[in-house]
Amino acid sequence: MHRDDFVRQLSSPGGDRRPSRVLHIDIPLLLLLLILCGIGLTVLYSASGQSIFYVKRQATFMLVGLFSMMIMAQFKPRFWERGSALIYVGGLASLVAVLFFGVGAKGAQRWLDLGFTRFQPSELMKIAVPMMVSAYLSKRYLPPQFKHVFFATMATLLPVFLVAKQPDLGTSLIIFSSGFFAIFLAGLGKRYLISTGLLALAAVPTLWFYVLLDYQKQRVLTLLNPEDDKLGAGWNIIQSTTAIGSGGWSGKGWTQGTQSQLNFLPESHTDFIIAVLAEEFGLIGVLTLLLVYLLLIGRCMVIALNAQTMFSRLVAGTLSLTFFVYIFVNMGMVSGILPVVGAPLPFISYGGSAIVTLFCGFGILMAISTEPKRI
Amino acid sequence: MMVDAAFSDPARERMLFARRLFVGTLVTLILSIVLSLRYFDLQISRYENFATQSNNNRVLVRPLPPPRGLIYDRKGKLVADNRPSYNLTIVPERSDDVEQLLSDLGQLITLSKRDIRRFRKNLKRRRPFEQTTLHVNLSEAERAILAVNGHRLNGAETSARLIRHYPFQDLFAHAIGYVGRINERESQTIESVKYSGTDSIGKVGLEKFYESQLLGSVGSEQVETNARGRAMRVLDRTAAVPGDNLTLYIDSDLQRVAFEAFNGERGALVAIDVETGGILAMVSTPSYDPNLFVTGISQTNYDGLLYSKDRPLFDRTIRGQYPPGSTIKPMFGLIALQNNIVTPDDRINDNGYYYFEGIERPWRDHNFARGGHGNGVNLSKAIIESCNIYFYGLGVKTGIDLLSNYGSQFGLGSTTGIDMPGERPGIMPNRAWKKGAHGQSWFNGDTINASIGQGFMLTTPLQLAVMSARIASRGDVRSPRLVKSINGVEQPSLQAEDSIEISAKHWDYMHQAMEDVVHSSRGTARSISKGLDYRIAGKTGTAQAISIDAEEKYDSSKIDKRQWDHALFVAFAPVEKPKIAIGLIVENGEHGGSSAAPIARAVFDAYMQSQQSTTLVRR
Repeated sequence: MHRDDFVRQLSSPGGDRRPSRVLHIDIPLLLLLLILCGIGLTVLYSASGQSIFYVKRQATFMLVGLFSMMIMAQFKPRFWERGSALIYVGGLASLVAVLFFGVGAKGAQRWLDLGFTRFQPSELMKIAVPMMVSAYLSKRYLPPQFKHVFFATMATLLPVFLVAKQPDLGTSLIIFSSGFFAIFLAGLGKRYLISTGLLALAAVPTLWFYVLLDYQKQRVLTLLNPEDDKLGAGWNIIQSTTAIGSGGWSGKGWTQGTQSQLNFLPESHTDFIIAVLAEEFGLIGVLTLLLVYLLLIGRCMVIALNAQTMFSRLVAGTLSLTFFVYIFVNMGMVSGILPVVGAPLPFISYGGSAIVTLFCGFGILMAISTEPKRI
Repeated sequence: MMVDAAFSDPARERMLFARRLFVGTLVTLILSIVLSLRYFDLQISRYENFATQSNNNRVLVRPLPPPRGLIYDRKGKLVADNRPSYNLTIVPERSDDVEQLLSDLGQLITLSKRDIRRFRKNLKRRRPFEQTTLHVNLSEAERAILAVNGHRLNGAETSARLIRHYPFQDLFAHAIGYVGRINERESQTIESVKYSGTDSIGKVGLEKFYESQLLGSVGSEQVETNARGRAMRVLDRTAAVPGDNLTLYIDSDLQRVAFEAFNGERGALVAIDVETGGILAMVSTPSYDPNLFVTGISQTNYDGLLYSKDRPLFDRTIRGQYPPGSTIKPMFGLIALQNNIVTPDDRINDNGYYYFEGIERPWRDHNFARGGHGNGVNLSKAIIESCNIYFYGLGVKTGIDLLSNYGSQFGLGSTTGIDMPGERPGIMPNRAWKKGAHGQSWFNGDTINASIGQGFMLTTPLQLAVMSARIASRGDVRSPRLVKSINGVEQPSLQAEDSIEISAKHWDYMHQAMEDVVHSSRGTARSISKGLDYRIAGKTGTAQAISIDAEEKYDSSKIDKRQWDHALFVAFAPVEKPKIAIGLIVENGEHGGSSAAPIARAVFDAYMQSQQSTTLVRR
């Protein structure tokens, strides 16, 4: 570690001495995150069948997340830039390890058992890939040349492939978009953009016939016609749209949602939690949450624009755009406009590792936001 | 990198990034508007529609569990079927006062303290609006009483479901196995959609092996419910597809004959149709009633079965591993003949002891007290009278490598591949095996022990039957099968391409010797030849349950019966055109000829009689 990586220098001459700067806290970001956590715990209480157990556990995860975020924020972006290759390679190695020694349930291997705890390498990759691609491209002359785009694409596709193999389509989609965003923000030429789009279209049949597993295809078919699969994924869609639709403008009231409380709605406290919110708080509730999300993303964009180095800019921009993908995929699938892939709603869905990963991402954003300005 | 930096233009790069970020922000906003419109469409434009669906009459999708496939014996008798069972369940959310409801119900039907206790326990674990069982197996009268009073029993429901039933009770327990409640470990591995509405799964035997075929596929039903959640009418129905029906090779009449022939003794018998490899009878005694497990066995009953000294739950046919004793002599004889190690004319002088070069202590014969089998013992005589001394020499001359190689072709030392879960492989020892299992080299003493089916050798009764069938068919290598057809579609018989390479004249010789075991005056199984109108070929065997010193005499009167020798018998009939082959063991039955062979005779008799009657009918 470089001597001045750890930037908590209390006596830097002429430095900003406000406590938020000294502790490397971005106040607007922190406030918006806390609001989201508050909304999350409130909805979770109702969605889990009024279980204080789930709320307590989720709150613990959030505290762990907040703490991790604060630690991450204490390092200079320069430190993350230098470490990104190491983190990326480590993450890749553990993804390979998951294929051989992974543990999991229902046919998917996603976890590494470390004895004292379980570790999900695909979560790490959600941060490692944008960092790696940003670090690589920010060292080049931008807009990137073909070979640099090529290497950056390979660095993205490798983990995407390994995660899709587990199989975890939702996460591999997130990792893919984060890599793509970094290349896009670095100034990927319009020619490439168009040819990538065409390639993606051409790839659809290949994906359909060779990559997607039967149950994943089923999900896509279910989206087109949910009535066909009333007991499986189709049932989820039918029930979640009913829950959302019956919420109206202002909803049925907290813990009063009949769809969710009567157990019509499956996975109500994890991936489908937005349906509970929509049923109980109505469209007003949904739009409020969306607004908070957009404010948060907006704040991240501002941080990206004001960042000191190209690396910082790319990482901040990528993380904020990727954050929106989480929201869009989840809210889209629950409302029936996207196929059902396992994708939690950030800060609202129950689940420890996703929450901690998200907070770590925002920790890096805070490190970027509070980096002293160069003159 | 330095080159890049030299040409790089930070201001231009920043502008490029800002433009790209702007595009990203624009797309984000557009997609947010798409999401908002979708939620607006659902929540405002189509609110009435969804609100009606959700509030007034809720549409509930209920799974329709498929009826499990039935299992028939070869003559079409049902050996596993489904019967309706009616349970009284309660959904507390739909009742105004659960305590009042319980006391009302208590006045209408008899509720035991255990019912109430279990109900309260389950109540804590269930999810809201889930049915909780209060009383199982309602009688017809009870159902009528509940139906009449239904209007004032809000929250109580009678639910019908099919439960597995085994009409033959303990007769097929091990072969067919049973279904039981899905436990926590199983629920993690099964596909939950397939099992919605089904709470049982095949646990052992055929029920487990053919689980995916027997299960069927689940249907669904959309019902309209009132505000309390009570089903009002069915809107739409997708019927469940019943599971596949299995037809077995087993003949339940033959199975009963075999089971009863054991007359309470512990043991196992497997009878194989020589032509197809189909299992005609498969008995492990003592047995148990599989019906006990279907709706959950009580702890007392379960402990009784689990801790019984006789181990009724243990499937001896495929999991019991016993030394085969002399029953493997015909096989070893064939191996030695085929490899020109002995000829039918080679004779030895047997005085009851076998000395091996360099070892002081002799191996002895089981009837060494009579001074051995005397002069001029050839292979045939050694089989008929079961002479160990002859086989000690034969074994050493053949060598363990040949014995073991051929032995595995006869089905020993590895699982036979029968369509049942949990089969044990037994042991057909050789040099590599001993090195691996014991870390020691192979000694000639080991070969001597193996040559009479003792020492390291272990076989399951199924393997003995398979060996017997392969001898009967003159070397056809066929896997044993329980299921003859699935939904009427005949299942192919599994036969290896190559049959065991042994010349016809050797098969003839050995079939003759085995026939003489039963039909000649000095044969060890001559006791069962009385009144036979067809010809049986067989070989008796005795397996030590405890080891006896060379100088000591085995005296059954002095030791506990549970330490008596096991009695074994392998046989097939009729000799001219073998149709049925048997392997069987009577635990602590002492002599193959006196306790095991009569059981085989009973099964052969029943089989031959049924063959005769079917031929008559055809004519």
